[in-house]
Amino acid sequence: MPTELATPEAATRELSYAEAIREGLAQAMQADERVFLFGEDVGVYGGAFGVSGDLFHRFGPERVIDTPISELGIAGAAVGAAITGMKPVLELQFSDFVTLAMEQIVNQAAKIHFMFGGKATVPMVVRLPGGSGTGAAAQHSQSLEAWFAHVPGLKVVQPSTPHDAKGLLLAAIDDPNPVLIFEHKLLYKTRGPVPEDPYRVPIGNAAVRRVGRDLTIVGSSIMAIRAAAAAARLAAEDIDAEVIDLRSLRPLDFATIAASVRKTHRLLIVYEGVKIMGIGAEISAMIAESDAFDFLDAPIARLGGADVPLPYNPVLEKAAVPQEDDIVAAARRLVREGRA
Amino acid sequence: MASLPGSRTADAQAPERAELAALGDDALRVALSRMHLIRKFEETAEASYMRGLIHGTMHLSIGQEASAVGTTLKLERDDYILSTHRGHGHCIAKGADPARMFAEFFGKENGYCRGRGGSMHIADVEGGNLGANGIVAGGLPIAVGVGMSIKAQKQHRVCMVFFGDGATNEGAFHESLNMASIWRLPIVFVCENNKYGMSMDIARAMAVPNVADRASSYAIPGIAVDGNDLPAVVAAAEPAIDLARRGGGPTLLECKTYRLRGHSKSDRNLYRTKEEIETWRDKDAIRRLEHELVAHNRFAETELRAIEEAAHKTIEQALEFAKASPDPDPAQLTRDVYAD
Ligand SMILES: Cc1ncc(C[n+]2csc(CCOP(=O)(O)OP(=O)(O)O)c2C)c(N)n1
Ligand SMILES: [Mg+2]
Repeated sequence: MPTELATPEAATRELSYAEAIREGLAQAMQADERVFLFGEDVGVYGGAFGVSGDLFHRFGPERVIDTPISELGIAGAAVGAAITGMKPVLELQFSDFVTLAMEQIVNQAAKIHFMFGGKATVPMVVRLPGGSGTGAAAQHSQSLEAWFAHVPGLKVVQPSTPHDAKGLLLAAIDDPNPVLIFEHKLLYKTRGPVPEDPYRVPIGNAAVRRVGRDLTIVGSSIMAIRAAAAAARLAAEDIDAEVIDLRSLRPLDFATIAASVRKTHRLLIVYEGVKIMGIGAEISAMIAESDAFDFLDAPIARLGGADVPLPYNPVLEKAAVPQEDDIVAAARRLVREGRA
Repeated sequence: MASLPGSRTADAQAPERAELAALGDDALRVALSRMHLIRKFEETAEASYMRGLIHGTMHLSIGQEASAVGTTLKLERDDYILSTHRGHGHCIAKGADPARMFAEFFGKENGYCRGRGGSMHIADVEGGNLGANGIVAGGLPIAVGVGMSIKAQKQHRVCMVFFGDGATNEGAFHESLNMASIWRLPIVFVCENNKYGMSMDIARAMAVPNVADRASSYAIPGIAVDGNDLPAVVAAAEPAIDLARRGGGPTLLECKTYRLRGHSKSDRNLYRTKEEIETWRDKDAIRRLEHELVAHNRFAETELRAIEEAAHKTIEQALEFAKASPDPDPAQLTRDVYAD
């Protein structure tokens, strides 16, 4: 599969991650009457994180719909609308509340196309603000994306930049399958170049953010940002890291990871979700099962969330998820000492 | 002095209304003190947040004190409550120590949750408070289990569970009321209807005008009361508590009230008018009760100010205690994930 360097089209304005999503939503709604946004407080309030902003005033209450606090109900309503000709985009206020909507997403949305012998499609998008770092404590800070990457029938993406936030959203809305977009709360205000015209970032395509020869660091969402920052610091100590931003967890662009590992011979996987039984386990196993394994000069290393619910105390909260310093230290050990 | 809106008798010559006459001076002193403690606790929390001393977010119940205090006034120490994200009032009303609450706010080791939970998860298990909850309607099914447990252990306890108007649109609300009814569980369901679930006006979110109307679906008593009228709240809650304790099953009690602050710290109040907020400020439960008590010569103005002053002192000391408290040890990050 093709990979690309982090060189978004030149001469574009900068938008925040939240603004980029909003622009994508507006363009999708403009282009296609079947697209509508719904969720708790997406209307006049403009969304809990301000993502829908003024869309209510631009598109009206039929296209930007405030719902009661009924996560299971609204997830099911998205399924029903999707199988009968609409293209719902559902916002869950915090990704944690997907736990209340699991039934419809996992038992219904994911399986209907298959169970019905391919006779129905479920073109719905669920947007989920996730991640820690805001002091919101254990029920508002989780990174649950791996759960959904485990489910056949779902697609799962995790944009790290404003550019990808818009491009993956538009690709997700086009997709005939249910797509879950895990947005990161700490990224909403980050800014970057975003082309004005609609464009798609293909789902299932990783991006090589930095080319390097000494080790491969794989991450997504905010961990891809931290990995890139760590790589810049490592360069100062003569460690040349290649950084892969997964962008999509399911489908996973394994070819790009494997090609990189064959070149660098070392792999560090960084993710915010709990370390055990997570994304890192899957990528490690896929490498171990592939010919890329023969190229490894060091054991595969994982940096993931601590084995604990997210604590409220800010020092503990920070300690519970990989930070830039942790990535630098782990990469250094992997290259210099042969294990992280 | 002009009569305050909603106060029924400002005239010492007129007899006290029954709800007020039912309350002795000691009970009133306790109630007033708790309402002042809650108000001052939250004002101080808000100020601390503004000064950057607290991270995360918080949900203030300023304006709703009579509901928290009135419903719990006739509970016994060993009765249980389950609270919500807007739970400081319930916690104080059930007798928690504001100093340990403030310490939790500051993420300190001697806070109620050892700094792990924060504002949204304060629990005082020894005092019968089984916890605030970050999940809307999260406490309702738990209350059913508490009720089953009380019954199974042949205790004479009661479980009072708080939730907002918005929570009544979750499936968990309906499932819980049904189970509590069919099993005649000792539960008082207290809906604090403050007119909004975040930005969603109850009139847009719910098909019936009153939350109390929903009780008829479960064949239990449904009672609506002015939640800013302390004696009226006590008068409505007491029979519900007694009924539950006698084995007569659950009641749904709706306290109609209003939150004077935004939903959380990020609320820009786009969904309601200043006038509406002002109207409700005039119905302030604390001033209203004080006015009535003075009018009936139950308390002298100086006595009322002394109660308020004492509450202020307690909260000031609580804040100092929190500031001086130790932070958790990061080496204990994963402690308490499992019980031994
Ligand atoms: C399951 C779930 N959905 C959404 C939220 C986000 N949220 C927190 S409080 C709130 C509004 C709750 O309204 P209500 O029950 O009326 O309580 P109030 O805030 O008015 O006290 C919302 C939508 C949540 N915490 N949990
Ligand atoms: Mg409410």
